[in-house]
Amino acid sequence: MSAPVLEGWFTLDAGAPQLLGSRCVACGTYYFPKLKTFCRNPDCAGEKFEEVPLSRTGKIWSFTNAVYQPPEPYVQVAAEDFKPFAIAAVELEKEKMIVLGQVVAGVGVESLKAGLDVELVLEPLSDGKLTWKWKPTGAAK
Amino acid sequence: MSTNKDIAILGVGMHPWGKWGKSFIDYGVVAARAALADSGVNWRDVQFVSGAATIRNGYPGQVAGATFAQALGWQGAQVNTSYAACASGSQALAAARSKILSGECEVALVIGSDTTPKGFLKPQPGDRPDDPDWVRFRIGITNPTYFALYARRRIEMYGDTQADFAMVKVKNAENGFTNVNARYRKKFTAEEVAASSIVADPLRLMDICAVSDGAAAMIVSSVEYARKIGKASAPRIAAISTVTPTFASALVEMPDIATDSAVAVPAQSFRSALPRKAYEEAGVSPKDISLAEVYDLSTALELDWIEDLQLCARGEAAQLMRSGATRVNGRIPVNASGGLACFGEAVPAQAIAQVCELTWQLRGQAGDRQVADAKVGITANQGLFGHGSSVIVKR
Repeated sequence: MSAPVLEGWFTLDAGAPQLLGSRCVACGTYYFPKLKTFCRNPDCAGEKFEEVPLSRTGKIWSFTNAVYQPPEPYVQVAAEDFKPFAIAAVELEKEKMIVLGQVVAGVGVESLKAGLDVELVLEPLSDGKLTWKWKPTGAAK
Repeated sequence: MSTNKDIAILGVGMHPWGKWGKSFIDYGVVAARAALADSGVNWRDVQFVSGAATIRNGYPGQVAGATFAQALGWQGAQVNTSYAACASGSQALAAARSKILSGECEVALVIGSDTTPKGFLKPQPGDRPDDPDWVRFRIGITNPTYFALYARRRIEMYGDTQADFAMVKVKNAENGFTNVNARYRKKFTAEEVAASSIVADPLRLMDICAVSDGAAAMIVSSVEYARKIGKASAPRIAAISTVTPTFASALVEMPDIATDSAVAVPAQSFRSALPRKAYEEAGVSPKDISLAEVYDLSTALELDWIEDLQLCARGEAAQLMRSGATRVNGRIPVNASGGLACFGEAVPAQAIAQVCELTWQLRGQAGDRQVADAKVGITANQGLFGHGSSVIVKR
């Protein structure tokens, strides 16, 4: 399997990958990316964190796309080879947080809707490195 | 009504926004001299120079207060520089107010100026996986992504349309058409906005503001000093809110790729917290507001701000705008100056420019864009790193 775009940010389980976050042992607040030092909840003095895989399913909160190629460090291709991609902000129910990510190749904004169920999958960027992407799994609720 | 926490605005001035290819110092001096002339105060009588920093112009930009004090001619004033991203100008104003209210000075210059690079802003080079600003570009998330997500959320939740967003641009272009300090002084039709290309669905190129060169300055003083020089009726600063967000964040904010988790404490809106504190401090309510200057980084964001300022109920800003209420001659004009749509963003100058516009409006000196009988105005802006501000000006 290919290398991840960010080391340690998600599991490389091809069938059911998960983002890797951390959770404050004292108050239960989740962090993505991982926080390992001091809890940011103003009522919590927590300094101990455990690594936790985040829910790999959620609902679309909002979405957009990138019509033009993002600048570096996004991996560059020739302008004529760039294919616009969709981006989703996804609500994770258990963690009570919203996480951004690209939507899988071939799914455009016209097929997206707030409330749509999505799951996490891995797909390569144009340098072959794997990143997390959101993939619609069902109808909007 | 006046409380002992008010300060007076004696003079305001700007250097027109644009892409002029000069030093930010030159723009700043032009704005400062205009504000001094407008106030009738002699430069040697200014006791405190409060500069808003620019991070794009090397060392002189980082010590903006001292830079402008020197450029205007060292005369022994106290000096300060504030940095708070888009709220830098308000932080500089707050520093001046503190000095004045504590009695450490009577009259101060508040100043912000910027020269912006050509083209789009890019992240710093090098591999930095611990830097969220690097990470988000690595996975394809740019600045317009965030504005587009907020805009699309409005469509999904409230039924706003791309035509509504275009109407914000048309309205602001009409407002700023005759503003001599605006960079873009051209009217647009809804068809012209609709014909510009999509950058990040649902936002088009003309929905997103540009970056500009520009400078704004103010001379502020104690109410007593204003009275002494025959300016007892000068507009007053009644509130300056520069609160931080409250954990946990309700929105994904640039440059983050996730919100805080609201498992332990509830999610909070930062944008709505900023004016809430200002209203509380000034002792005025949203229904007292004559006009508002808000940070329309995108057209759709102006609609969010209208609701955050409680000028209408959540979800009803597009309806308010469609009714014509936010035009210069409407019930509650928003961005009478033309807003960022007509100015483009000059970060350290922008929050000061918003207060300059309110000052002209409250004095009845806004010319073609004058809001009838303007008594109380409010500004709002938000930038990176948990910075934002809201200022209330009254007469």
